[in-house]
Amino acid sequence: MEEKEQIQEILKILEKDPRISPEEIGRLTDLSETEVEKHLSEAEQSGTILGYRTYVDWKNVGREEVHALVEVKITPQRGTGFQTMAERIARFPEVHSLYLISGDYDLSIHLVAANIYDVSSFISEKIAPLEGVQGTSTHFVMRRFKENGVLMIEGEDSPERLPIAP
Amino acid sequence: MTIPSKKNILSRKVQEIPLSGIRKFFDLIAAKDDVISLGVGEPDFVTPWHIREAATYSIERGQTHYTSNFGLLELRREIALHLHNRYGVNYDPENEILVTVGVSEALDLAMRALLNPGDQVIGQEPSYVSYFPNVHLAGGTFVPVPTSMENGFHIDPQAIVERTTDATRALILASPNNPTGSVLPRSDLISIAEIAKDNDLVVISDEIYDRLTYDTEHTCFASLPGMQERTLLMGGFSKSYAMTGWRIGYVAGPAEIIEGMMKIHQYTVMSAPTAGQYAAIEALKNGEPDIIEMHDEYKRRRHLIVDKLKSIGLSCAEPEGAFYAFPSVEQTGLTSIEFAGKLLEEESVAVVPGSAFGESGEGHVRCCYAVSIHEIEEALDRMGRFVKNHSSNGR
Repeated sequence: MEEKEQIQEILKILEKDPRISPEEIGRLTDLSETEVEKHLSEAEQSGTILGYRTYVDWKNVGREEVHALVEVKITPQRGTGFQTMAERIARFPEVHSLYLISGDYDLSIHLVAANIYDVSSFISEKIAPLEGVQGTSTHFVMRRFKENGVLMIEGEDSPERLPIAP
Repeated sequence: MTIPSKKNILSRKVQEIPLSGIRKFFDLIAAKDDVISLGVGEPDFVTPWHIREAATYSIERGQTHYTSNFGLLELRREIALHLHNRYGVNYDPENEILVTVGVSEALDLAMRALLNPGDQVIGQEPSYVSYFPNVHLAGGTFVPVPTSMENGFHIDPQAIVERTTDATRALILASPNNPTGSVLPRSDLISIAEIAKDNDLVVISDEIYDRLTYDTEHTCFASLPGMQERTLLMGGFSKSYAMTGWRIGYVAGPAEIIEGMMKIHQYTVMSAPTAGQYAAIEALKNGEPDIIEMHDEYKRRRHLIVDKLKSIGLSCAEPEGAFYAFPSVEQTGLTSIEFAGKLLEEESVAVVPGSAFGESGEGHVRCCYAVSIHEIEEALDRMGRFVKNHSSNGR
């Protein structure tokens, strides 16, 4: 494998299972543990690996969460366009994802908060008053079906296979 | 229920074929609850969603009738296009391609269409469990060519020559191979093609695992010079697209043989399942990325299982294709059936005894790596413990 293929292969494996050890990745790719570790630290330092996270369904352990998608219309600023405003908003921990989008609005925020009041106070106190924000439109999420590529559908895909087949 | 007859109710032919050597493991496995099975014979992936969705849509539109006996023309056209693009072989979708209920049906049809009583069919061994019964039920005699781990389970062309008689009608090739994982090298296939020509043999080429080769290229037998006219090329969707349950395969070959096979097909199954045929069209049109993704995942697991087998001290030919490793268990002094039985009993790991795939499979077990990485790790740890326990007791 070429160097580039090696790192891509390692990242594919790691993307599916962040808990896998470098030793195990080595076994899957026919690389040594040291080679894998070298690739990994390079990928971490260069920002190719953005982080390691666990996807949790909090309602299973009794913690309520409210999700909202907020569209924000802003006036681009001289020199920096949407950049400064987007970076300002992105730093709030309540902002789960933030995108600059085409269409009627400029920014799309995926917001996660403890309850409906926290969402509305966040918008009215932190987002709406920002200089340059022309308006917001908030859509509360009624049900999530898929997030971060993970299906959130009960009873999905647990097929049975014959334990022994020719 | 006992049948009140003094005569043996079953035909001689049926009595003469064995119950599949792996049947009895079902009951043993069912009786235990923590079994990790490397005995599976199909992908662990579910059919990609766009393929399932296409089939669902076909049902919603009411596409629930028989199709042409040959299969949907649109599907045959897609198959012809695929074979042309991939292997440079040209088949007429009108009369040279038959859509079957998996390659399993295609094999049965081929034997019944080609053989007269007493005809012989040469085939590599170890090999898929159906070849011998298919030949036998069609009135022929299956003549195995044993292969061994020392030669990477590659077939020796000279061994075919030695077994060829006036009664030899056909040759079965299975590359990539279930259970050994071997892929026949192009140079060997070229020699085999010469033999087929010299002895006027029909070559039944079971290429169901064609898309699953690792670090080696698959050679389509029909693409070799002069071979298309004497080859029955069998392929399907089960392994490459994870579509085993849909039961869709195909055979491409000379119109005369295809028509003969179609005659039996129309009197037995009429046509392959319609929803499955629509699924297969979608698979051929848009499924290439899925094949690559699954292939790459098998490739990782293959590295892992080969590495683990080595580390527990079982020797194994490098599996070049399919998703099976076929290690030798001779060092334990156990037969392959004893090994599989005791391994299941003591460590709750299921493997398939090599003898199920013919005499030359004895001394080996088939380990399928179409299971999760975690299962491979755990199963091989248990096997390692088992091998250790059974190698030190002086047998």
